[in-house]
Amino acid sequence: MTEEIIIAGFGGQGVLSMGKILAYSGIMQNKEVSWMPSYGPEMRGGTSNVTVIISDERISSPVLSVFDTAIILNQQSLDKFEKAVKPGGMLIYDPNGITRHPERKDINIYQIAATDKATELGIAKLFNMIVLGGFLKYKPIIQEEFMRKGLEKSLPARHHNLIPDNLKAITIGGQIIKDYHIL
Amino acid sequence: MKELRLMKGNEAIAEAAIRYGVDGYFGYPITPQSEILEHLMAEEPYKKTGMVVLQAESEVASINMVYGGAACGKRAMTTSSSPGISLMQEGLSYIAGAELPCLVVNVVRGGPGLGTIQPSQADYFQTTKGGGHGDYRLITLAPASVQEMYDFVALAFELAFKYRNPAMILSDGVIGQVMEKVQIDDYKPRWTDEYIKKSFPWATTGKNPNTPHVIVTSLELDSSKQEQVNIRIQKKYRECEAKEVRYELINCEDAEYLFVAYGSSARICQKAIQLGREKGIKVGLVRPITLWPFPSKILNEMADKVKGMLSVEMSAGQMVEDVLLATKHKIKVEHYGRFGGIIPTPQEVLHALETKIIGG
Repeated sequence: MTEEIIIAGFGGQGVLSMGKILAYSGIMQNKEVSWMPSYGPEMRGGTSNVTVIISDERISSPVLSVFDTAIILNQQSLDKFEKAVKPGGMLIYDPNGITRHPERKDINIYQIAATDKATELGIAKLFNMIVLGGFLKYKPIIQEEFMRKGLEKSLPARHHNLIPDNLKAITIGGQIIKDYHIL
Repeated sequence: MKELRLMKGNEAIAEAAIRYGVDGYFGYPITPQSEILEHLMAEEPYKKTGMVVLQAESEVASINMVYGGAACGKRAMTTSSSPGISLMQEGLSYIAGAELPCLVVNVVRGGPGLGTIQPSQADYFQTTKGGGHGDYRLITLAPASVQEMYDFVALAFELAFKYRNPAMILSDGVIGQVMEKVQIDDYKPRWTDEYIKKSFPWATTGKNPNTPHVIVTSLELDSSKQEQVNIRIQKKYRECEAKEVRYELINCEDAEYLFVAYGSSARICQKAIQLGREKGIKVGLVRPITLWPFPSKILNEMADKVKGMLSVEMSAGQMVEDVLLATKHKIKVEHYGRFGGIIPTPQEVLHALETKIIGG
């Protein structure tokens, strides 16, 4: 199993931390992992993206140009990465703020209204965990107990009281994700 | 069981330095390696092992603080990225001339000039061919993973002290910024002053009436003596070339073609190998781990077995000159690279092999 993922959105949406939690959980489940952020002008405002690879084997390149899965959280990232999904691959996007929806017919596309749901529940900071939950529903590469351990390792101890809320947000994500275009 | 952590390459350098028992870090922030100093400041090793962490006023000051620490027999290090490393070249030449051990880490970014903060490998010439003035070499290690960033701190210090010469870890923005799984060691104590005094007679550890003067200098105005210094240094380098070459062979057993690449380019080539082998192209990789001393012998031997080699570097073609020297024009050798902070994709690397070597 090798899953090559790009997560892209605005800086501040938790793109990098979502990838980090996924990667740390992968380590807990004894996988090989790699997490490669954009660190250019993007991190000084604007769009942000991270390439996460989870694999049973030694990971070759941490930098990729095509992906099994793209998790897209804004229009600029959709414009940039829709074409980078491998044929037969998966694209998950939050329709909030999207004016041009994805058009590919050779990939599975799912919508997750995580921004709206997080606002509705008053858990804006857990927005990224809702998105992650949507991903894990269709790519259950990490089991829940290892997600918990990954959260324990990646969150500072003073935030460990928030882990149940994080796991709940992951569950919600799995519930609200819906089909947009399925092969 | 050893602890596993998810770390950036830069953080791994800092953590390894603390746990290995390094005595002093002196540095100045620059992207893409600022996490090294940030991690050291956050970990406060001066409270754990007594390690000094100091943000100097400049890179020139940093390297001269390292020079001072090294002269006392301490394990001293600095880190920077390309423009900062350029500023350190005078100091590196002096440290090599004074025959002192130290570690310098270069997390390379695109140049020339201030260039870009994105990854590059265009400092190969500067690192392996001099950079500073005079006949000296840097023992150069090229990590291709976060684990190697961690492990090479200890290895670099071991080699630096064995040969009394500066060692360089030549990394780049990819390996500095990527997070991977790292196995970390327990804390080792720093060397005691007694141990240093006993082990390193060349170190300035304090004089009393019964001990000889120890003078650390790179200045010798008597040319006959300065020639002897050079002869001694060159003898040391020949020994280093004979004993310390390190490399990794990947998919070379049945290979008809080879990539030659180090650091992050070697990782990209491994993906290109997967893609190539899916298409039936028998391609392998020679990954130099020591860039100096360079693995010339294995490349020369491989040149008798394969049809061509492609040197892949994020530069306009630097290491390819050493590959050409090593293979003595027995086979076709070409270069493929991107520069200015652009990272080549595995697909374009494979395409370059197909057009420049196989079809070329």
